[in-house]
Amino acid sequence: MRIQVNGAERELAPDSSLRDLLNSLSLPHDRVAIEVNGNVIRRAEWPLAILNEGDRVEIVHFVGGGSGS
Amino acid sequence: MSSVASAIDDPLVIGSRTFRSRLIIGTGKYRSYQEMKAAHEASGAEMVTVAVRRVPLDRSSESFLDHLNPSLQILPNTAGCYTAEEAIRTARLAREALETDLIKLEVIGDQTTLFPDNEQTVEAARFLVTDGFTVLPYFSDDLITAKKLLDAGCPAIMPLAAPIGSGLGIQNPANLRIMREQLPDATIIVDAGVGTASDAAIAMELGADAVLMNTAIAEAQNSASMATAMNLAIQAGRLAYLAGRMPKRLYASASSPLAGVIS
Repeated sequence: MRIQVNGAERELAPDSSLRDLLNSLSLPHDRVAIEVNGNVIRRAEWPLAILNEGDRVEIVHFVGGGSGS
Repeated sequence: MSSVASAIDDPLVIGSRTFRSRLIIGTGKYRSYQEMKAAHEASGAEMVTVAVRRVPLDRSSESFLDHLNPSLQILPNTAGCYTAEEAIRTARLAREALETDLIKLEVIGDQTTLFPDNEQTVEAARFLVTDGFTVLPYFSDDLITAKKLLDAGCPAIMPLAAPIGSGLGIQNPANLRIMREQLPDATIIVDAGVGTASDAAIAMELGADAVLMNTAIAEAQNSASMATAMNLAIQAGRLAYLAGRMPKRLYASASSPLAGVIS
């Protein structure tokens, strides 16, 4: 199935969970946060959160910054 | 009274948190992580602000937070957000990732000036306070907006002194004085516009409770030295404000006794 991750299309096996997605991207699990279709998914729910075709996933972390864009 | 004793007796209070340092600094624009760490150390700051961004998927990314002293309080911000909705989403992501209720709320209204959208900021602040956040809002230095943000439940408010990254210094000292006089119990943190140590001292002499800055330190030729200067300027400005300055006079007033002058 196809989903969007941070604005880019991505192919993922059906019935994949958020945790599966993080693992497939080799991303760290700590101090990141995930939103699916605009809703934050709590860390404890990642293994159970099954993704669906067309889902829009945002994975964020922290970068240096003060103010402004 | 030593400045150290004064800082301990006179902490900065933000909601349930207290800080000895009245300087809050950013983590952007440094030429290297080493320079950032040295500047953070020299500043004496206990809280630093960080931005929330998408994780790059095309390359392995180290965690920026690993480059911060673990004893620092991290203040995530919503920099880069242009609507209340974006800021609320960003704040919720930051809370989930860091397990903190603190958020520096920033809703920008214009790309050229990076001036805040005060209306969207108030809207987002009301929502986020209800949602359990400790909201520190960046806004244009306007008394009425300040009152709305305090009424919304923000434990501190952060008026700008000049555009973000401009280094122009305190452009409207009258507005800061009015805010201080009209809101004597509010925690006021000047955010953005400071360019050098005297600007920070002036902000504190006007009665600001703290100053948040990034570019003035990060873009100084020697950022660690500037961080030290800012640390001292903020302590000096705070002490001067508490001491109460002498009145200004148009004409001279002799400091030496008039009696006993030889003739």
